Amino acid sequence: MRTIAWLLLLASSGAGAAEDAVRLADGPGREAVEANCAICHSLDYIQMNSPFLDRTGWEASVTKMIKAMGAPIRAEDVPAIVEYLNKHYGK
Amino acid sequence: MTTRRAFLASTSGLALAGFGAPGGAVARSLGPDALPAGALGASELAALPGKVPLIKKTWRPPNFETPIASLREAFTPNDAFFVRYHIAGVPGVDARAWRLEVGGDALDRPQTFTLAQLRSEFEPVEIAAVCQCSGNRRGLFDPHVPGVQWGYGAMGNARWKGARLREVLARAGVTRGAVEIVVDGADGAVLEATPDFVKSIPAWKAMDENTLLAYEMNGEPLPHWNGFPVRLVVPGWTATYWMKHLTSIRASSTPFEGFWMAKAYRIPKGVFPTVDRFLSQEAEASTPITEMVVNSLILAPGDADRFRAGQTVEMSGIAWDAGAGIVSVDISVDGGRSWRAAELGPDLGRFAWRQWRHLIPSLRTGTHTFVARATNRQGMSQTQALVANPAGYHHNVLHRVTVQAG
Repeated sequence: MRTIAWLLLLASSGAGAAEDAVRLADGPGREAVEANCAICHSLDYIQMNSPFLDRTGWEASVTKMIKAMGAPIRAEDVPAIVEYLNKHYGK
Repeated sequence: MTTRRAFLASTSGLALAGFGAPGGAVARSLGPDALPAGALGASELAALPGKVPLIKKTWRPPNFETPIASLREAFTPNDAFFVRYHIAGVPGVDARAWRLEVGGDALDRPQTFTLAQLRSEFEPVEIAAVCQCSGNRRGLFDPHVPGVQWGYGAMGNARWKGARLREVLARAGVTRGAVEIVVDGADGAVLEATPDFVKSIPAWKAMDENTLLAYEMNGEPLPHWNGFPVRLVVPGWTATYWMKHLTSIRASSTPFEGFWMAKAYRIPKGVFPTVDRFLSQEAEASTPITEMVVNSLILAPGDADRFRAGQTVEMSGIAWDAGAGIVSVDISVDGGRSWRAAELGPDLGRFAWRQWRHLIPSLRTGTHTFVARATNRQGMSQTQALVANPAGYHHNVLHRVTVQAG
């Protein structure tokens, strides 16, 4: 079932504020990562899945998010996102 | 015969037996060292509304793990039970406004039920059952695989009470043409393009007398984060099928082809001792995960605990399977070279976990590795070496803890 009522619940639960404390590493590509990935999930997903994926692994994750999960990531943003993830959260 | 009270009193005293550094105990509660460093770094103890502090894996969607200390009770308290969502739209559900739609092309009388109807018009049935995430212990995979990096606590044991799914389906006139029963909950994705979390189970499993539409957990209404007001309970099967915030049940004459069946929660064929086949969803190389594998966990002592030489140490833990029932738990205090039978706690039901304990009268100076190994009524046991699979499911490698005495 699709609904947007959850936005209110999340806001009242405090999870929204708590996830704001998640800080990704500084570096080129961080803004693109935050703008795209945080639409659907908190950024601790990235930290949690580190540091064991190589560039191919991160590329596969980004591709899965686009193809399977419908993430609206522009094709021209993908290289910078993969580069950032591999550099700061790769193995 | 040990009574449950005596068994618990004894095992709870055990927690005090070790005298490891208090600081170390806190750090360990966030997970074993084998977890990815990033996963340990991102973890913290945090409380969702209505919950005690649990191990936060991710904030949104919320994924929270139960610390080992909260797995020591026979039934996991509702406020300590793990939380797992796939997509971030988690609505609050008003029980009075809640409706369950029962339909599909393989039943004759589609209809809608209120919560009051579900409670009053069907026989209430209560079953004790382990609810365990398919990916429990994924974080211990070596090499690591992506996904929620769970430690040991994406599981719990509870008494689930509700109506039998088969009676609800019968009321709606389910036909012999039903191949799968498709279930959906109130949670939803942020984007229209994201596959909604929808699952199916084979019709034969839906008609099993143990498959419930549960409205109570441990004698209380379900906590919001565990599926209020009604969730599907599929005893023996991994929690991916236990749809939370249930809103729709469809009897279907064809296999459901959604992402969460066709692409996710699948295991390679032929590598696990699967008994329950899900034929309508089988593909050439993979098949849906179905029932839990035999497993056990050492709850005490903790890894790296320190003891005095000569001290009596009591080990305790839990063992579970998919419902055949645990018949024995063997303990090794020498890293797996020799084994002795542990004492089993009371039988809480074949789908529940079985508590166990084992007394080590006098621990010699040195380093000791304790191992636990469970066996079920079918003679199935655990694996010595990890069975690799891409999504990180069915981790039932023998659990080991290493302690020091001296």
